[in-house]
Amino acid sequence: MFDNFPLWPARASTAAGNVDALFIFLLIVSGMMTLLIFVAIMYFAARYRHRRGVLAEQIEGSTPLELTWSVIPFFVFMVIFAWGAVVYFKSRTPPRDSTEVYVVAKQWMWKLEHAEGQREINELHVPVGRDVKLIMTSQDVIHSFFVPAFRMKQDVLPGRYTVAWFRAIKPGTYHLFCAEYCGTQHSGMIGSIVVMEPSQFEAWMSGGTSGPLSATGEKIFAELGCATCHRSDTQGRGPNLQGVFGKPVQLADGRTVTADENYIRESILDPGAKIVNGFKPVMPTFQGLVSEEQLNALVAYVKSVSQPVATPMKTAATADQNNDKGSGSQVQ
Amino acid sequence: MATATIQPVERENYLNKHYGVGSWLFTTDHKRIALLYLISITFFFFIGGLFALLIRLELLTPAGDLVQADTYNKLFTMHGQVMVFFFLIPSIPAVLGNFLVPMMIGAKDLAFPRINLLSWYLYIIAGLMMVHCMLTGGVDTGWTFYTPFSTAFSNTKVIEAGLAIFVSGFSSILTGLNFVVTIHRMRAPGMTWSRLPLFIWAHYATSIIQILGTPVIAITLVLVVAERALHLGIFDPKLGGDPLLFQHLFWFYSHPAVYIMILPSMGVVTEIIACFSRKRIFGYSFVAFSSIAIAVFGFLVWAHHMFVAGISVYAALIFSILSYAVAVPSAVKVFNWTATLYKGSIHYDAPMLYAFGFVGLFTMGGLTGLFLAALGIDVHVTDTYFVIAHFHYIMVGGALMGYLGGMHFWWPKISGRLYPEGWARLAALIVFLGFNLTFFPQFILGYLGMPRRYFDYSHMPEFQVLNVLSTAGATVLGVGYLLPMIYFLWSMRYGKPAPDNPWNAAGLEWMTSSPPTTFNFETEPVVTWEAYNYDELDGGHKQEVKVAG
Repeated sequence: MFDNFPLWPARASTAAGNVDALFIFLLIVSGMMTLLIFVAIMYFAARYRHRRGVLAEQIEGSTPLELTWSVIPFFVFMVIFAWGAVVYFKSRTPPRDSTEVYVVAKQWMWKLEHAEGQREINELHVPVGRDVKLIMTSQDVIHSFFVPAFRMKQDVLPGRYTVAWFRAIKPGTYHLFCAEYCGTQHSGMIGSIVVMEPSQFEAWMSGGTSGPLSATGEKIFAELGCATCHRSDTQGRGPNLQGVFGKPVQLADGRTVTADENYIRESILDPGAKIVNGFKPVMPTFQGLVSEEQLNALVAYVKSVSQPVATPMKTAATADQNNDKGSGSQVQ
Repeated sequence: MATATIQPVERENYLNKHYGVGSWLFTTDHKRIALLYLISITFFFFIGGLFALLIRLELLTPAGDLVQADTYNKLFTMHGQVMVFFFLIPSIPAVLGNFLVPMMIGAKDLAFPRINLLSWYLYIIAGLMMVHCMLTGGVDTGWTFYTPFSTAFSNTKVIEAGLAIFVSGFSSILTGLNFVVTIHRMRAPGMTWSRLPLFIWAHYATSIIQILGTPVIAITLVLVVAERALHLGIFDPKLGGDPLLFQHLFWFYSHPAVYIMILPSMGVVTEIIACFSRKRIFGYSFVAFSSIAIAVFGFLVWAHHMFVAGISVYAALIFSILSYAVAVPSAVKVFNWTATLYKGSIHYDAPMLYAFGFVGLFTMGGLTGLFLAALGIDVHVTDTYFVIAHFHYIMVGGALMGYLGGMHFWWPKISGRLYPEGWARLAALIVFLGFNLTFFPQFILGYLGMPRRYFDYSHMPEFQVLNVLSTAGATVLGVGYLLPMIYFLWSMRYGKPAPDNPWNAAGLEWMTSSPPTTFNFETEPVVTWEAYNYDELDGGHKQEVKVAG
């Protein structure tokens, strides 16, 4: 019912429950204080409204009363302070044996690298129930790594590391935002945290699913409009990619490189870096627009069109299983 | 309760004593300077309001479709800079404070009338610099100027904006200095510190912050300019600087600056509540000293803006606990205003409606501050719409409500005319409802996680309903702000002439004519009564203004 009008954020980490509990406590406390003040004001305003011939009763004040309404709120505040401090302390102290993920922020993308070597852009895959420690730095301005469903936020500064951690408790795909204003595409510096069941995560990590990737890649290739320029004849604005993979490529600056995975990847993310001889640098960057998985799929597709025989398609069942890994629920 | 008595012949007053542009531009009359400020800040309020309207229109739909991303970033930056430095900070002190501080203490003018005029000229120079900056491209750093974005990455007019705010700071310092000296040295005989209206106490506390805090933002902006223009390594790590140093310096001023905006408003509301409940203020000395306590503690909480910025856990603990300390005097004020109503004789004229609105909105703004000061919660809600909602409840709900309440309350004195009461009550209601509709949904948006300064939320369509509500509220709020401007202008020509004391209010400013003469009082008043002597006013015991000597 509230799909388009949620009133409470998803609760997907161990910290989320702690923060929500304190938040609810504060809602109750401040709700009671608001009620007290509003009811008093409305009651007085009605009860003591001006009547002809009735004079106001002058009251000097009352020191005991002043002390009461200074001291009681003070103690309530101290309870809130202590509770807030405990929650904060927990959220700032990563458990010892956490899995480490390195985060590099830059205008306007998140680059993440698992300790095991898996790299991701604007997307982070993590398993349920494991402590994940983020070691973060920025290449340029200050950014902030914010995952509302985890109630976690930490500014990411240039020139130093900052650290945050979480333990996801619920599979699903959750928003990752940059919360510190960082320039033009600040609101585009977003991504997803994909929380998976441990078994799915292991499968994702082992990456043994290259088969159907080329088919996915072909679909993405069409969706992103790559085929408009990279046509299968010689009339396109971009090079024909048929048979390119694994062959030497003559660049505009005279160098010759081999068209390997990294070359394809770089050509998608940073097309201006290596221009093929005879072509203009007209390709826009797809940095931030394609996820790491999509990138892999595209690379796989480019590979596949270079092989003399088309890659045999995997069965639908395998493809479905492959698709499952990022699902669980909609982005929350 | 306003009862107008038509005056047959217009008496000489500060408005009609001299005519001509020169008589205004070279005036040293604090009341005329107040009006110069009124016109100038209203101009900037319009500009800032226009930016706000465009921001809200852009956020009506998730896609970034009304303006370009860079334009949007400039809009929220300049909305903040204009509203904070060119409207809210000068608003009550420079207009109502300028007009009323000398009159309330029985003085002919401020201690330094020429410096008072100088401060207006500095404000105008700063304002022109800001307008020039906006017209030649504007600035996109956010009003917070965070480094190294502002010093090394932004391609916009950072230096121009920084220097404009630098100059405006001197205007603010001079106003504060003038008030402090005036309040110390120029009180009429018998006007002891314990007889001062609480409006004066509030302005005294505000002035202290202006004098002590503003130089820090001035230095900070100079350092930003130095790093940007000369590449001196201060804040940018690539040059060996520290970006957090900037945040410490910036918030050292900019947190107390919130109290520059809200304390005068509290002073206004205190006067209004006393008058319209016909009572002395409950706990006068507690209300007075809570203003001073807020000014002092306000300087010790700045890093609560930085709990996720990368400061140490232990620093965060200190700043969290101190933030709760500053909440106590604010709470004390709310309780005392409420207690003042008890056994009063309450009137519902427009200024009182604004005062009620102020207490309600300030209470909500203050209580949500408790959420933000709680370390664990701040991590989640900082830099989201929760913060936006919170500080608008304080700075717009609070400061602006107080300003409007004060403008209505003292308008008969300022202009010599009565505003239309029915329209004014309607406007107060519209502002209150429009404000809540605009900003309450933003608390929910913030807890859901919508970050501030987002131009495009097309990947988060779930945020749209609340944004639509907020934009609808902003439209209502805009109407609520336009109405007073229209009927105030209308009343200057068509309003009934105001009697000297239309509210039968206590305070020396009501013992002068409406509008006052250039030197406020025919003879120097001698004060023999406490502030808020409504018993004498309502009991028929007329106040006596004794002649000195």
